[in-house]
Amino acid sequence: MDVTVIADSTADGLTPVTAQLVGAAASIGGTSTVLCPGGVGASEAASISGVSKVISVEGDCFGTYEGGAWATALNSQASGDLVLAAASPRGRDIAASLAAIREIPVIQDATGLEAGMVVTRPIYSGKAMETSNVSGPCVITLRANAFDSAPEGGNADVNTVNQTADVGLAVKEAIAKASERLDVTEADIIISGGRGMGEPSNFSHLNEVADMIGAAVGASRAAVDTWDEIPHSMQVGQTGKTVTPSLYIAVGISGAIQHLAGMKTSKYIVAINKDPDAPIFGVADYGIVATWEDALPALKSELAKL
Amino acid sequence: MPIGVLLKQVPDTTAKIGVSGGRVDESAVSKWSMSPYDEYALESALRVKESSGGAVVAITCGPARAAKMLTDAAAVGVDSLMHVQIGSQDSLDSTQIQSILAAALERAGCDVVFCGKQAADTNGGSTGPGVAMLMDASCVSHVSEVSADGGGYLALRASPSGDERVHVSAPCVFAFDKGSEELRRPNVRGIMMAKKKVIETVSPGDLGVSMDESRVTLVSHSPPPEKPPGQKFEGADSVATVVGKLRDEANVI
Repeated sequence: MDVTVIADSTADGLTPVTAQLVGAAASIGGTSTVLCPGGVGASEAASISGVSKVISVEGDCFGTYEGGAWATALNSQASGDLVLAAASPRGRDIAASLAAIREIPVIQDATGLEAGMVVTRPIYSGKAMETSNVSGPCVITLRANAFDSAPEGGNADVNTVNQTADVGLAVKEAIAKASERLDVTEADIIISGGRGMGEPSNFSHLNEVADMIGAAVGASRAAVDTWDEIPHSMQVGQTGKTVTPSLYIAVGISGAIQHLAGMKTSKYIVAINKDPDAPIFGVADYGIVATWEDALPALKSELAKL
Repeated sequence: MPIGVLLKQVPDTTAKIGVSGGRVDESAVSKWSMSPYDEYALESALRVKESSGGAVVAITCGPARAAKMLTDAAAVGVDSLMHVQIGSQDSLDSTQIQSILAAALERAGCDVVFCGKQAADTNGGSTGPGVAMLMDASCVSHVSEVSADGGGYLALRASPSGDERVHVSAPCVFAFDKGSEELRRPNVRGIMMAKKKVIETVSPGDLGVSMDESRVTLVSHSPPPEKPPGQKFEGADSVATVVGKLRDEANVI
């Protein structure tokens, strides 16, 4: 089966999800043609095993982000009955636009995929799972870290095509992030603080730990709502970001259902809370009943020994 | 032309979701609410209306219970209400939902649309961009603020490197993230007026949308996979043990 994979990338190149998309395609017997929007990551994509061809789609429209325009340009190169994309903000947007152009269904944020097209995905922010059967062509986005990556070792040809589309919007101003910190959706390790941190300035202790292990710093909704200094972009939870890192460290977070919905599928969860009955311990692999004032210095000194 | 706002009624985010007989048990949902991102879309649409005039029409596609949410929208200032009534959303795929909503927007005469980036029940995020394609409109996603600007609009959206302020003209769709504006609450007068507000209730057929068989069939719902119980330690002295386990058992640091 021919599968079209839309590469997921940042300005620095492919994200790890791209190899996972190829891996997922292979797991159901598919060979992937990878489309690289704006040509980003084309040579990287060619080295993923299981990729038969890379199409570097280049055009003026890729200078400004508009999901519909990108999808229109990519659509001309898409083939086969299955298109896979990442369930990242842009991936979802492009997937939905592409499906609408092709008049085929789109299913977002799948965590399971079987041949004959049986798709499993979390709904109600992970409070339940939904399994559906799709007949005919479709577009499916896959959740990061839910599928095994295809290994390296491929040697596919890269074709470059020029294809653009009309962009209906214009960027008037770019506003840089308040901090240079890694975004929680991009990080493999996240350390998050809640209202139990007492003061927003105490997040500096989380930043210090994060710097030692290359982690992003997140926050609970309670922290974001309480303190203006903690921006919504850091919020993990049902009305914030859904994350699936390898390691999630929750500090001073009680574990409201809202927060758990955004992080409980993390591979490993560590909870640090002074309240032994905090619900966060219910999802933690490793729980530490302690104040952050005691636990974080200990954590720093232990990490320094690694 | 009125501004269209697409709203969806979902189980409140604080509600427990139970599965029985392979289906989410809707009858056990304690509270139904407007999907949170839709609330921000609605707030922003009302602010644009207040600053530059016009009217706001709220549109939903859902079962009979969703009418209450439209009345709630009227209580905070929506001018007219349209309810595309369907039985169960499980039987509709994304192309069908989008066709219905695009047809409803056309009937209401809207070429500017505000909606949430995704609904809190299905968590998809396909509706805004999909409807935009059907309307031949630009979709601005992950928006937190919109204001009228000359003949068009200025929107603040998230970008990989921070935020961007973009200019766009009708036809356009704004898919909202959590907005920066505080949500208004209805006052008594608004609630009383809303009770009298007529809801235009239509079927997909009334909109000229034929409901072919859905290409996505629900097999089953199931509870999320259970995690094995974790290990719990007392006191900060245990940090060393946990770090050791993260390194040796979990291999994540």
